Amino acid sequence: MSTTTNRVLPEGLPAPSQDGLARPYWDGTRQGRLVIQKCRGCGRHQWGPEWVCHRCHSFDLGWEEVAPRGRIWSWQRPHHPVHPALNGHTPYTIVLVELPHADGVRMVGNLICAPDAPVTIGAEVEAVFEPHDEADPPYTLVQWRVRGG
Amino acid sequence: MSERTLRGKVAIAGVGETTYYRHGQSPDAEFKLALQAILAACRDAGIDPREVDGFASYGDDRSDGPRLAASLGIRELRFSNMHWGGGGGGVAAAVANAGAAVHSGMANCVIAFRSLAQGQFARYGRSRTGAAAVGDDAFLAPYGLMSPAQRFAMKITRFMTDHGIRHEALRAIAMASYHHAQNNPNAVMRGRPLTEEKYDASRWIIEPFHRLFDCCQENDGAGAVLVVPADRAKDLPHKPVYLLGAAQGGHHRSAAPVHNAPDYASAHFKTVAKNLWEMARLGPQDCDVVQAYENFTGGVLLSLVEHGFVDPARANEQLVLENLLVGGTGTMPMNTSGGNLAECYMHGLEMVNEAVRQLRGTAINQVAGANVVAVLGGPMVTPVSSLVVGTEAAL
Ligand SMILES: [Zn+2]
Repeated sequence: MSTTTNRVLPEGLPAPSQDGLARPYWDGTRQGRLVIQKCRGCGRHQWGPEWVCHRCHSFDLGWEEVAPRGRIWSWQRPHHPVHPALNGHTPYTIVLVELPHADGVRMVGNLICAPDAPVTIGAEVEAVFEPHDEADPPYTLVQWRVRGG
Repeated sequence: MSERTLRGKVAIAGVGETTYYRHGQSPDAEFKLALQAILAACRDAGIDPREVDGFASYGDDRSDGPRLAASLGIRELRFSNMHWGGGGGGVAAAVANAGAAVHSGMANCVIAFRSLAQGQFARYGRSRTGAAAVGDDAFLAPYGLMSPAQRFAMKITRFMTDHGIRHEALRAIAMASYHHAQNNPNAVMRGRPLTEEKYDASRWIIEPFHRLFDCCQENDGAGAVLVVPADRAKDLPHKPVYLLGAAQGGHHRSAAPVHNAPDYASAHFKTVAKNLWEMARLGPQDCDVVQAYENFTGGVLLSLVEHGFVDPARANEQLVLENLLVGGTGTMPMNTSGGNLAECYMHGLEMVNEAVRQLRGTAINQVAGANVVAVLGGPMVTPVSSLVVGTEAAL
């Protein structure tokens, strides 16, 4: 895996804390797998991670791999750099991706696209795992690109 | 059993505010600004500040009630209340919480306030650097999603795309605030009118619906209102402004983590607005004036829709400048002192003060014969809150 090339955003943004409740998710991303909470009580997925199932109140929340694809539910393209690391690196595109095969949970990531590319709500996207191997501790982000795009 | 309501039970007897400053320009410390606004509200109400026995605020206000009570020599503190949630989501709730305390007999004379000299602390529109992102932010900040504008933008994108609402509707919202501010000597943006050309030429903050003028500024200042039982308000100098309805909260899982609220493209007022109108026994058609909190103009659109002021199918026709102004042909005069965008970003407290002035008949841009005013608090956060206030004629 490449360590520094093909990143959507520049170095210097906050790294994700990989502690506690969300640990299995981050472990999954390191292996190129999308792993989210699935309740052993009612069998439904939920995201983001929480200690209890919001549907059946079971604390027995397992973690399951889900297919790394979805649909763009909404999007935005920031131009104003809200963090010093982003100076000179805007605009970039953020998407909210819905996973219909996982009870419609949604995830936030960057869309890998040209800065002026049109974005279509409902477009099919697939996950692209973006490793940050040099970070301490290393972590992997989940980015998105339009399928067949 | 008697009806459980605040309708007509409590009144705003006094309003106070400081000079409003551009971000970082206050010569006074934030706590001193709070004291100034509170003393002004007491003076306005003709009540000795030592008689105040409670404080209610929101947005993690740094001027804490017990310190205020000690500084002002308050005889007895009976109510101290901080409403959960950031920004101005709690502005109407703070007034309502003060009202609930007064009506329930927990306190007699409660200040609801907001003090903000953000320049003396961290800015909202800039992220902190260095630390690892925890909690929800772990799934957002590494992707460059950090600011309040970014937290809400995708709600607005989705709603406006679904309903075919044009950016010009948001431009009208911004222009109404700037227009009204031009007559207001305490408005930060007085002397800086906003034209269509200036708006259209302003830089993108976030595509597709946030230009510079769609976004609130940051300001320094403080505002306060004094809430007393309705009976008492009758004996005070000003015409009483009655609380007719108040509601706060959010719909089912509106605060779900990582942008997973089931009904996402929302300002979170859907259930709140229903409760508000039920308590007020009024609807949007009964309001003479609307004060709608602008953190971002897209949020105002969502607020107006969810409170029933605007029909999404007709938003492009309803949200035009002429319809939002005082004194013309407008059917929905809005943000009549300049709002968050152009009077002062005092997290909406300035809008409560303006609602009171409209009902007293003393506003700078006065809506003739205003008897009912709605104040829609900060949208898209959770919890949100809104209130309806009115004159005796509206009881
Ligand atoms: Zn369950």
